[in-house]
Amino acid sequence: MREMINMVVVLTLLSAFSGGLLAAVRTGTKDKIEEQVLKFQKAPAIRQILSDVSNDPLQDRFKLMDKEQELTFFVGKHDGKVDTVTFETTGKGFGGDIGVMVGVNIESDKIVGVCVTTHSETPGIGSRAKDDPKFAAQFAGMTMDKNFATKKDGGDIDAMSGATVTSRGVAVAAQQAQDIYKRLKPEIQKQAAQMAK
Amino acid sequence: MSQSVVKEFTKGLWTEIPPFRLVLGLCPILAVTKSVENSIGMGLACVFVFVFSNFLVSLLRNIIPSKVRIAGYIIIIATFVTVVELVMQAYTYPLFLKLGIFIPLIVVNCIALGRAEAFACKNPPLASIADGLGMGIGYTISLCVVGALRESLGNGTLLGHQVFGPDFQPFRFMLEAPGAFICLGLVLCIMNLFGKK
Repeated sequence: MREMINMVVVLTLLSAFSGGLLAAVRTGTKDKIEEQVLKFQKAPAIRQILSDVSNDPLQDRFKLMDKEQELTFFVGKHDGKVDTVTFETTGKGFGGDIGVMVGVNIESDKIVGVCVTTHSETPGIGSRAKDDPKFAAQFAGMTMDKNFATKKDGGDIDAMSGATVTSRGVAVAAQQAQDIYKRLKPEIQKQAAQMAK
Repeated sequence: MSQSVVKEFTKGLWTEIPPFRLVLGLCPILAVTKSVENSIGMGLACVFVFVFSNFLVSLLRNIIPSKVRIAGYIIIIATFVTVVELVMQAYTYPLFLKLGIFIPLIVVNCIALGRAEAFACKNPPLASIADGLGMGIGYTISLCVVGALRESLGNGTLLGHQVFGPDFQPFRFMLEAPGAFICLGLVLCIMNLFGKK
């Protein structure tokens, strides 16, 4: 009995110490990690969507609360006018979450472009969502009131052959972007007006 | 006293070098040694883990009950591996992406658990630190030797710099898994030729 209590106590204390140490390290590195993720994963996607803007979207960014989630919006300016925002949404893919960066023109409510940021999809099959420009290209020019589901599910998106789940995941992410955009449009426009100054 | 501590340190560098004499920790050697840069990164992460986990196991060697010692050691090792992972994410993000899943796999690296069980739980802290440091540095050297072999023959480069002339045809086989096995076997063979009496 005594022996058992000893084992339980030691392991519990050890786990508590471990948990505390890891929580501390996590808090200490959280901001740096966010910065790195921004630099290496989101930046290429943002730059690809907002390839012809006159500002630096990484610098001109603002955060908004959507329900309980904090979203970062990266702003793109053309000729000094703020007209595009990009933000990241996720959809469930085959191997996990697929991160999709969606760029929207806030004046015409049209998608400027989408770009997959992170994914765990099958190389050569689902990974085509990121590697094959033709899949993402179909989103460009679509208005924000289209049905973002695959054609199989009654929507307007052409899925990739052999990668139905991945295609659906990206479509879900686009649909989420649509919902978020509709919900937060007034706030986005307010922030955009502030950015223009 | 200090004489024996130095001895604990140096044995990890040659006489008991982990991958080639103790034949432990072979998996990362095969997986991570495609380039010398990755090898160094992995090696340094391992040094950190071996040193700190050996130290803590040795400190607690009379407190952790024998029946749950493996569970206790794994908690300790896993904590330090997670710390390394977070720090790498924060400060060396591209390397973190390249090493990928092999950073968390340091937890099940046989060297970490092997030294905890074979040495740190029976020896004082200072000797255990020396042991961890020696094993870690010996491991890093082993990783770099195999990495240099594979990178120079398979890619024509060392640390990214070309080492052979422009007419060099890279032996791509060396970058694949079978090539890794063969490199490992060759180095092991050479070490046996020179080491044993």
